[in-house]
Amino acid sequence: MNTTLRIDQLRASVEGKEILKGLSLEVRGGEIHAVMGPNGTGKSTLASTLMGHPKYEVLGGSVTLNGEDLLEMDVDERGRAGLFLAMQYPSEITGVTNSDFMRSAINAQRGEGNEISLMKFIRLMESNMNTLEMNPEFMHRYLNEGFSGGEKKRNEILQMMMLQPKITILDEIDSGLDIDALRIVAQGVNSLRSADRGFLIITHYQRLLDYVTPDFVHIMMQGRIVKSGGPELAQRLEAEGYEWVKEELGIEDETVGQEEDEFQMPMNTTGPQIR
Amino acid sequence: MNTEITMSVEKDQVLDAFRAEQEPEWVTALREQGFRLAEELPLPKLEKTKIERWNLGTFGEIRRPEQHASLKDLDAGTLEWIESDNVLVQRNSGVEFCWLTEELKEQGVIFTDLENAVREYPELVKPYLMQAVQADENRVTAIHSALWSGGAFLYVPKSVQVAQPLQALFRLDDEEACFMPHVLIVAEENSSITFVENAVSEVSRKHDQFGIMEVFVKRGAEVHVASVRGLGEQVTDMTYRRAHVEADGRIRWIVGEMNAGNAMADTASILQGDGADSDAKVICVGAGEQHLNLTTRAVHIGQFSTSDMVTRAVMREDATAIINGITKIEKGASGTNGQQTEKVLMLSPKARGDANPILLIDEDDVQAGHAASVGQVNQEQIYYLMSRGIARAEAERLIVYGFLAPVISEIPNDRLRDRLQSLAERKLGQA
Repeated sequence: MNTTLRIDQLRASVEGKEILKGLSLEVRGGEIHAVMGPNGTGKSTLASTLMGHPKYEVLGGSVTLNGEDLLEMDVDERGRAGLFLAMQYPSEITGVTNSDFMRSAINAQRGEGNEISLMKFIRLMESNMNTLEMNPEFMHRYLNEGFSGGEKKRNEILQMMMLQPKITILDEIDSGLDIDALRIVAQGVNSLRSADRGFLIITHYQRLLDYVTPDFVHIMMQGRIVKSGGPELAQRLEAEGYEWVKEELGIEDETVGQEEDEFQMPMNTTGPQIR
Repeated sequence: MNTEITMSVEKDQVLDAFRAEQEPEWVTALREQGFRLAEELPLPKLEKTKIERWNLGTFGEIRRPEQHASLKDLDAGTLEWIESDNVLVQRNSGVEFCWLTEELKEQGVIFTDLENAVREYPELVKPYLMQAVQADENRVTAIHSALWSGGAFLYVPKSVQVAQPLQALFRLDDEEACFMPHVLIVAEENSSITFVENAVSEVSRKHDQFGIMEVFVKRGAEVHVASVRGLGEQVTDMTYRRAHVEADGRIRWIVGEMNAGNAMADTASILQGDGADSDAKVICVGAGEQHLNLTTRAVHIGQFSTSDMVTRAVMREDATAIINGITKIEKGASGTNGQQTEKVLMLSPKARGDANPILLIDEDDVQAGHAASVGQVNQEQIYYLMSRGIARAEAERLIVYGFLAPVISEIPNDRLRDRLQSLAERKLGQA
């Protein structure tokens, strides 16, 4: 079956503030979509809302994965349905080794009675770690504990490669990566490209898109997609920034849900008296 | 003084029961003294736990089990716990089975019930019995000194190294029986030994157990003690474990507090000699309405002595745990290093936990450190695991075992590790 993630007029809030204001997007198997935009425009909220983070509340709209209502599913059901989010800030979990965690995840996907054999699992994990040029010792390290930023990102891509999701969302996977790591991460993504897998790459730099060529580029502002195009759009953003988009669309403030910055006195100083 | 705790036993009946076994007069005298002290002494003062409300005092009477010569004669409820060739089984008020291999006997190792040991080896027992923990400390120790029965005595001669663990199982399944085992371990110079004890029960009425374990680690000796408690809901378990460690001696504690009823445990290492070393690892799972008060202590007297204490407790449902770590460094114990960590993880909004690290230091030239935390399962971690398709219950299980892992993964004995793991799973409602 051909994979389709369909997002229709999605509205969502975090801590009572509406961030996503009617976002629509369709990702099909074989396609790579890049969602770009300045900080504070709701990109990461889109990722977390799709995955079902408990802090994000859906206010309206619909999301389906292969026709099934994603928003009705619990977080783990979304994962088993084939959605994968490579997180910007993955949790560290002491006492749980990377391999125990990965095996639990794979077995959750495969279901009871169909668990992966230990040998097969180890071979699979080792070969994927090899592709990502990860030190084999990371298998037995506690999950993300003491990993550098780059190591965490690689570990996210490792999980993606192990779980072979239908739809992968990469949330700022390129931030904090040096060029070598970026190349390796891109290699991992490209190795999974196939006709039945779709990708949604969230980023505000063009960098990653030099290695993973998107089919579609969307610009996000004010909690919705304001402009879409092909890979050339990303190149223009890299060269000229976002100002021209704002001008073209008559947008003054592209951000969403942010408070006006209040003036705060530095500690231990007295503010001027205004009479 | 508290008068609510009344002895449910007849002093004369108890003393007659032991006299009938030809107990030496000095032991019976200790019992008489215990009865007397029990009238005078208060209950121990525990941090933030009102044991007055535990209605202590239901002890039962001395009831002897049938003796068995072969392991085959023991029932299934006992056999499922047996993991060693060298094993002692106490059922209710007496020992029903004890076995020590010829090989160890030839090396001079003694492993027998303590009631037997006071008759057969008074010269080895008398200098130590009720010396590490004294009868006159409080009402609990006094009552124990009056009522203990069965018990285990383990003696390892000088320079004898025993690799295989020796095991004692203490089992209560008679509601009318008094159940107060006493464990006494003496490891002579440069010897080494591993002792594993398990305590289990199947009774449906309230029962109180006051237990004492005394360990004497002589110069250069090394003693590993694992104590895994799995007593039932009706049993209140009050236990003192205390090791005296001479110069360059080492004590290793692994304690699994998996009881289902209220419990107080106080596990202490008195590092008397220079270079003495103690390592204590405690894990605990509390459930239901349990109240738990667990203390680990290290007392540094010798110079350059070292101690490390780690406690990890998981509390679910309405359980409450008070976890105390006490590092005491005496004047003159220069060059010592005492470290401790206590962590409590609460799985429900009604579960309560309290971690109290206490450092008492009377010497300047020392190192001491502590870390303590009390918290709930991190929802970000749950979300992260669930996003990979792992169901919530399994995600919680991974996090809880991850929390206990720093203690469980350090247990050198595979069988013991599996045993603790399965007890923890049972208590966590996941097995």
